[in-house]
Amino acid sequence: MTISPFAYAPAPESVRPALKASYGLFIGGSFVEPKSGKYFESINPATEEPIAKVADAGAEDVARAVTAAHKAFPKWSKTKPSERAKILFRVARRIQERSRELAVLESMDGGKPIKESRDEDLPLVVQHFFHHAGWCDKLAYAFAGATPKPIGVCGQIIPWNFPLMMAAWKLAPALACGNTCVLKPAETTPMTALFLAEILAECGVPDGVVNIVTGGPDAGRAITALAGKNGGKLGIHKIAFTGSTDVGKAIAKAVAGTGAKLTLELGGKSPNIVFRDAALDQAVEGVVSGIWFNQGHVCCAGSRLFVEESIHDDFLARLERRMQQLRVGDPLDKNTDVGAINSKAQLETIQRYLKAGSDEGAQKLEVSCTLPKKGFWCKPTIFTGVQPSHTIAREEIFGPVLSVMTFRTPEEAVQRANNTTYGLSAGVWTEKAARALEMSNRLTAGVVWLNTFNRFDASAPFGGYRESGFGREGGRQGLSSYVKVGGAR
Amino acid sequence: MSATKETTRVEVTKTLKLFVNGAFPRSESGRTVPVKDAKKRVVAHASHASRKDLRDAVEAANAAQPKWASATAYNRGQVIYRLAEMLEARRAEFVSLIVSIEGRSKADATREIDRAIDRCVCYAGWTDKIASVLGGKQPVAGPYFVFSMPEATGTVAVVVPDGAQLLAILSLVLPVIAAGNAAIVVTPIHANAPLAIAFAEAVATSDVPAAIINVLTGLRSELCPWIASHRDIAAVAGAHLSNDDAKALELGAAENLKRVCLFSDAPKFDDDTFWNSPFAIQPFVEIKTVWHPTAL
Repeated sequence: MTISPFAYAPAPESVRPALKASYGLFIGGSFVEPKSGKYFESINPATEEPIAKVADAGAEDVARAVTAAHKAFPKWSKTKPSERAKILFRVARRIQERSRELAVLESMDGGKPIKESRDEDLPLVVQHFFHHAGWCDKLAYAFAGATPKPIGVCGQIIPWNFPLMMAAWKLAPALACGNTCVLKPAETTPMTALFLAEILAECGVPDGVVNIVTGGPDAGRAITALAGKNGGKLGIHKIAFTGSTDVGKAIAKAVAGTGAKLTLELGGKSPNIVFRDAALDQAVEGVVSGIWFNQGHVCCAGSRLFVEESIHDDFLARLERRMQQLRVGDPLDKNTDVGAINSKAQLETIQRYLKAGSDEGAQKLEVSCTLPKKGFWCKPTIFTGVQPSHTIAREEIFGPVLSVMTFRTPEEAVQRANNTTYGLSAGVWTEKAARALEMSNRLTAGVVWLNTFNRFDASAPFGGYRESGFGREGGRQGLSSYVKVGGAR
Repeated sequence: MSATKETTRVEVTKTLKLFVNGAFPRSESGRTVPVKDAKKRVVAHASHASRKDLRDAVEAANAAQPKWASATAYNRGQVIYRLAEMLEARRAEFVSLIVSIEGRSKADATREIDRAIDRCVCYAGWTDKIASVLGGKQPVAGPYFVFSMPEATGTVAVVVPDGAQLLAILSLVLPVIAAGNAAIVVTPIHANAPLAIAFAEAVATSDVPAAIINVLTGLRSELCPWIASHRDIAAVAGAHLSNDDAKALELGAAENLKRVCLFSDAPKFDDDTFWNSPFAIQPFVEIKTVWHPTAL
């Protein structure tokens, strides 16, 4: 590719997190060697270079973490709520102080552009702790007429797309409600959770209140195996999972009949619907952020674009022109828009879908750029001429791949948008307020973004309908997942 | 011929059927189960609902539910109030069925029907307040207008435990329908099938639309696995069930991730503090959060 005289010069982020060579499991307030004796390497997906060695928890290690959480529960759950609050406020402030370092580490470990980890992930992490800190001593008002009680020990399993943010979404409400936690970060992105462990200890979160066990699917299964009655004295009272719908279903089966409570935040194939009366350039920006934010590794990504037929060609021309401006490359460069794919395995999954898209007859448009030699990369891609029956229109790709379809009437848009087993999010672009609101009524989705997309906030509940899971995270509604008020799970 | 003495009048006994889509069909399976009163006398034969009866009810419920959900909350409230009126009119019948079939005292039976009717009135008042209590505007950190609102989940299977039936049925059905869902009530055929059908008759004469409440008398052990795996059932309500029933429901439900609320921490049905509260309704709504930018 020729270098334009107006090309951006590299603008690498200079802060470097203070990394140790290896990390044990965070159990009972300190880092301990895994009884499994096993470690794995967390690598930087943009360079394929190792970041650190991380413990691979076995069933015995998980049991040890759960024991620590049980031991810590009586005192933590009875700690004066206003004191619990002060500890969580302190956590929020400490993360804020160290947010640049954490953002860099997040980008190194997960491949997301620094501008996203710095401007989206970390501020939301801080806000989540700050927001929930304030709930600690106000739970009786959130559940007026009831006496909300903590559930007990929570087993929390989180994904690799927003590692620290997901840790915050799980831990902050659980702790605010007086529970204790065993958190398992994703295998490919354990680093920021380990830094968080240090911060929690520094801020005075008592030993055993949060335990962090790194590992792969076996460690996850060891957690769900202890659900409710199955765990005997070690029983985990609540399982919370964010990840794929397939794994979510397996977890629901593992938890069935154990009496443990369960919330699941799962996959999606979310529609983004553009009407002809939309502010088109604004809608283009929304579609771009909807599918290419975080390389499309977003459960609520707007991966199905429905454009009103009469503006299809005009809109696609604008969208493609905009897509060609995306800067793909070094996640630590402040100008990067699209970073590295999180792992080799995920890249292979995306490549299978790219092949299926072409094989089934859709037309492919992609960013014309050169990809770095090392690391895992995928060009932002648009498929046009997609039929609802195509694999790429039905299955979650979890990558930077957009499927474009058309509609003629609002009714048809609703029908096609809802024609999925998922129901996580939906986007609508129109300048007609009444239509936007009626679309929001009719779309089967837990979050509806009208003339915006991919917005999140600690006070706004997030979560899915149908096979996108159940339970909400954020706001007063999200607290329900972490208290007992008489049975609702 | 001497004048015959006046004889005791022969009672007209009721044929017990199912209640599906606003009608009273027999089970398509043709199966019945003898109903015995507290003195072990056979007083009727109850229709023994099959998997096919369940499927018919689901089909009807799914067809009817969107209109019920989109009715105004005020309208749903009036319909549920009308149901309370119909129950009140049948108060004596319910008392007599509780006494004769469940073998309980008249005072006990009266307490139960009174509580059931009063709970119904309570829920008549809930419909247009659920959104105020469970939803709201969210104070996000940015220029957006954000609100969260509860919506109906869809068709909900209501699995009634053994024991006293009337309050159990009402306690589980009312939160489900108040939120705009349709209910398929599966009651244990050996508990008090005549009472379940008397309840269905009260529903049939109220203004509750056809198929919004369906009543199947059957066996939980037989129907729970089908309820759990049916892809067009969105949620399951139950309480005070056995571990086996809970496991059957939760295991099958994992297939389409239907919501299962078995109220495992809930108190007995005579606890108004919980069963008249929004926390009994919350499991059967979905919270939808809607964002829009604000600007001049």
